[in-house]
Amino acid sequence: MDSLISLHNVSAGYEPNQAVLRNINLDIKQNDFIGIIGPNGGGKSTLLKVILGLLPIQKGKLNYAWKNNKHYIGYLPQSNEIDTKFPIKVSEVVLSGIMGSKSYFGKYSKSDKNKANELLDKLGLTEYKNNTIGELSGGQRQRAFLGRAIINKPSVLILDEPNTYVDKHFEGELYNMLSELNKEMAILLVSHDIGTISPIIKTIACVNEELHYHNSNKISEKVLSTYKCPIELVAHGHVPHRVLNQH
Amino acid sequence: MLEFFELFQYKFFTNALLAGLLTSILAGIIGTYIVSRRIVFISGGITHASFGGIGIAYFLGLNPFLGAAVFAVFSALGIEWSAQKAKVREDSAIAILWSLGMAIGIIFVFMTPGYTPNLMGFLFGNILTVTTTDIIVTAIFALIIIAANILFFRPILYTAFDENYASTTGLNVKLIKYSMAVAVALAIVLSIRIAGIILVLSLFTIPQAASMLITKDYKKIIFWSILFGFIGIIAGLSASYFMDIPSGATIIFALISIWIMIRAVIFIKDKLNLK
Ligand SMILES: Nc1ncnc2c1ncn2[C@@H]1O[C@H](COP(=O)(O)OP(=O)(O)O)[C@@H](O)[C@H]1O
Ligand SMILES: [Mg+2]
Repeated sequence: MDSLISLHNVSAGYEPNQAVLRNINLDIKQNDFIGIIGPNGGGKSTLLKVILGLLPIQKGKLNYAWKNNKHYIGYLPQSNEIDTKFPIKVSEVVLSGIMGSKSYFGKYSKSDKNKANELLDKLGLTEYKNNTIGELSGGQRQRAFLGRAIINKPSVLILDEPNTYVDKHFEGELYNMLSELNKEMAILLVSHDIGTISPIIKTIACVNEELHYHNSNKISEKVLSTYKCPIELVAHGHVPHRVLNQH
Repeated sequence: MLEFFELFQYKFFTNALLAGLLTSILAGIIGTYIVSRRIVFISGGITHASFGGIGIAYFLGLNPFLGAAVFAVFSALGIEWSAQKAKVREDSAIAILWSLGMAIGIIFVFMTPGYTPNLMGFLFGNILTVTTTDIIVTAIFALIIIAANILFFRPILYTAFDENYASTTGLNVKLIKYSMAVAVALAIVLSIRIAGIILVLSLFTIPQAASMLITKDYKKIIFWSILFGFIGIIAGLSASYFMDIPSGATIIFALISIWIMIRAVIFIKDKLNLK
């Protein structure tokens, strides 16, 4: 199958001559569900920025299956990258995900608004849609950003630690939702918690300057160390039941 | 003679009214962008840097506000550009720009014979220096800003909120940010006559602070800020004229009074609700 996005020997970083990522090879195909793990500062978020075209690459090749990647990727940024006090309404945040398919004037049609309302309903945010994001709880806010990322039905969905601030109950729901979405789109999910995401992902990419691809959703401490990808595999006492029941 | 005087008074009031209205519109729209994006300090740097342009233009016998505009626009673009290069310690760079502009301005104004009365006007604002030409220029600029912010409301809002995301949806984030940087610079310069270098930024922040007590929605903050700004500016300008105090100071007083009143009303309402 053809790749939607492929990285070939890609190096990237924020300073010239100072690569944060080195010789990255990765193919993202339809219906992939890749869990991206690795130590803090290992370059997971940077990898996502490269894929999104936000950070120019220093070396290698980055190819998309489409001419202009703007409308095809949905993105949920790491929570520390967003100013949660910004005066913007929840419904506006979700609608902003449609911007890519709009003209510069950003006028939304009735059907756009209906789509947003349906999504808000599904995400349990209907009663908060006229609130600003600062008035939401951390978990509700992440749902709003998930709405923004998926409203345009992207081909690839990229999520940077979406479970931050999310309560355990919604985390389970989130993973159910992602499993469902995975039927229609490839998903890249960054998490520091491999134990929890293991049941829903299909493959694993360990990122620590380099990327090691692991063609299974289970990984042992030993393999991780050969990948030079030291993360702790803590035992998980309270994985959400729904996730476990599904598999 | 008496008739002439009446006419002058009439003209003063129409000018003041128009200048106040236009300035409050500009400050309402641009100030909401400044406050939401948390670039108040950057805007302070741009404001004070523009004084360098005032000084040089004044010394050369050119229009001081043209000099201010050139300095302000270049500093705004420079700051936006260096922010994109990430690694500059932004706040120290802005502090340098801030004081450098003031130093250049002071040197050149002092080297120009007969500087003193005008220096006060530049620093603290003087309603009597607002000319009909100023009003026409400000009106044209305000129309552009209003049109751009209506037409491109969402691209501007989304870029201010989360520029990375905005960029992934295909918006030309750089163009939007640079255009807004120019708009911020020019809006500030056009308001200097009214409030002066030292106090002008309050026009762009205090109405917003007051508005944010009653709403947290970007569009509504603009609306309320224009209203509060207009009330504050007109009250301040009148006080300035009748008491012969620099208008910058009286306007700030009026604006802060509005903020206090709203705060007090909310406080009382909360107290009543508790019971
Ligand atoms: N905007 C930036 N400018 C400079 N360096 C950065 C920037 N963002 C991240 N880095 C550096 O790049 C490295 C990788 O960071 P990141 O991709 O955020 O790691 P992770 O998401 O795996 O925790 C870190 O050393 C970090 O300090
Ligand atoms: Mg990260």
